[in-house]
Amino acid sequence: MIDLSPALVRQIIDLLAAVLLLLSFAMLSQRRILSLIDLFATQGFVLALSTAFVASVTGQPHLYWSAGITLGLKVLFLPWALHWLIRRLNVKWDVETLLNIPTTMLVGIVLVILAFNVAQPVSELAGTVTRGTLGIALAAVLLSFLMMITRSKALSQVIGFLAMENGLFFAATAATSGMPMIVELGIALDVLVGMIILVVFFFQIRERFDSLDIHHLEKLKEE
Amino acid sequence: MTGISWSGTIAQLTELALAIVVAPLLTGWVNQCRAWLQNKRGPGLLRQYLVLRKLFAKDAVIADRASPLFRATPYVLFGCMCMAAAIVPTLGTELPYAPVADAIALVGILALARVALALAAMDIGTAFGTLGARREMMVGFLAEPALLMVLFAASLLSHTSSLATTVETLSQRELAIYPSLAFAGVAFTMVSLAENARIPIDNPATHLELTMIHEAMILEYSGRHLALIEWAASLKLFVYSCIGIALFFPFGIAHGGDIVGLLLALPALLAKLAIGGVVLALIEILSAKMRIFRAPEFLGTAFMLAVLALLIHALLES
Repeated sequence: MIDLSPALVRQIIDLLAAVLLLLSFAMLSQRRILSLIDLFATQGFVLALSTAFVASVTGQPHLYWSAGITLGLKVLFLPWALHWLIRRLNVKWDVETLLNIPTTMLVGIVLVILAFNVAQPVSELAGTVTRGTLGIALAAVLLSFLMMITRSKALSQVIGFLAMENGLFFAATAATSGMPMIVELGIALDVLVGMIILVVFFFQIRERFDSLDIHHLEKLKEE
Repeated sequence: MTGISWSGTIAQLTELALAIVVAPLLTGWVNQCRAWLQNKRGPGLLRQYLVLRKLFAKDAVIADRASPLFRATPYVLFGCMCMAAAIVPTLGTELPYAPVADAIALVGILALARVALALAAMDIGTAFGTLGARREMMVGFLAEPALLMVLFAASLLSHTSSLATTVETLSQRELAIYPSLAFAGVAFTMVSLAENARIPIDNPATHLELTMIHEAMILEYSGRHLALIEWAASLKLFVYSCIGIALFFPFGIAHGGDIVGLLLALPALLAKLAIGGVVLALIEILSAKMRIFRAPEFLGTAFMLAVLALLIHALLES
């Protein structure tokens, strides 16, 4: 447990939360799939950093574990897997967005306002040092949703899904200083399994339609 | 404010004179840094002064069908930039002139200069001028709201729209991390790059290229008119750098108008400007000029960051 003044603790957590939100927006506006993965890894790193910081301030050892899991899974393993997938599928195209990027960002700002307003009364109830950042966590979740909606390719949608999990994780640390260990392990495993299933799906979609554009899935075919 | 003190007047005049004298040096310094980073020898620090002297010595050639607007614009431009330089606190925060215009009026003054230049560019009726003017207005209408939002973000921290008071509050606060100011700082950097015709948006080193914006507008000017416009462009860069320094790194700015404080603030300001110039040159080296149709995206991002700064201030810092 590190002794820091409460004001400084709050400022550092606020700063990390703000960086997290910034990275969410950066992902929303990113066109290149490889940069998108890098941004996702960076977001995971900031998340691990903030979790470890909350752990050291509040003296809860199990948060160190979740920070470690975040680091291993979201900063190292998943980005590596995604890079491998891109090499394997040979899909280094620019991401195609359904809305143009300035519009997406304006919608994103509206979502942030919404999230901040919704989180305001909830965060009053929480007693943790990190309660102010609940709104940012909610905003990150909504922005990931938006990213999944506005992207047409399966791979970037999956990155949106993974980023959404980042937001949820941050919300958990912000509101309740972390979930029980067993829940966190379960979620980590879920993300991993989900990723593996999605990889299988990718190969199937690709084999069937020769593209990862999920609009092909909407067409009915009679054979 | 009724009584204007002698020290205030002196401080005000010193700052204005300093801005006018140092501005070409800043431009020269940025160009020199960029040349060094490109492994070139560079034109030398004082090149901009020599250019101005050369241009003032030459005769001004004006097209037959130029209206008085075309002749008046260089003076309007230079006047606007001097006015802006007088509002922005560079050395001290006691500026008798500052109550005349607050942060919003400052954006207005910069807009006036922009409109004057765009109209003058269209006045002659050449294709290049009109093209440049249209592009400039496109960049302008996207950059202005972002700049306003950045200034609002700083105003929210200090509860006033007066720039001098804002800077005084910001420089007197205890050292703390403000995420909103960090966001506003990034947004401000992006806006300044666009407003000063710097590399991601425009290329200041080109004179004949289809993609240019600022240079396209001033192609018809020559002699003393061109000299004034070049000087005004240097002043604009100086003013933007000083706004950035005043809002985000206000340490070392004198409170009130005492002479000793001003003398101590001068080296601090010059050091900060020098570092700012290096950073600007680095940004220009590391990025490529983007297509003009990507400019709305770039400036949209700046606007979004500035709005996020406001929102984050409302959520975390209130």
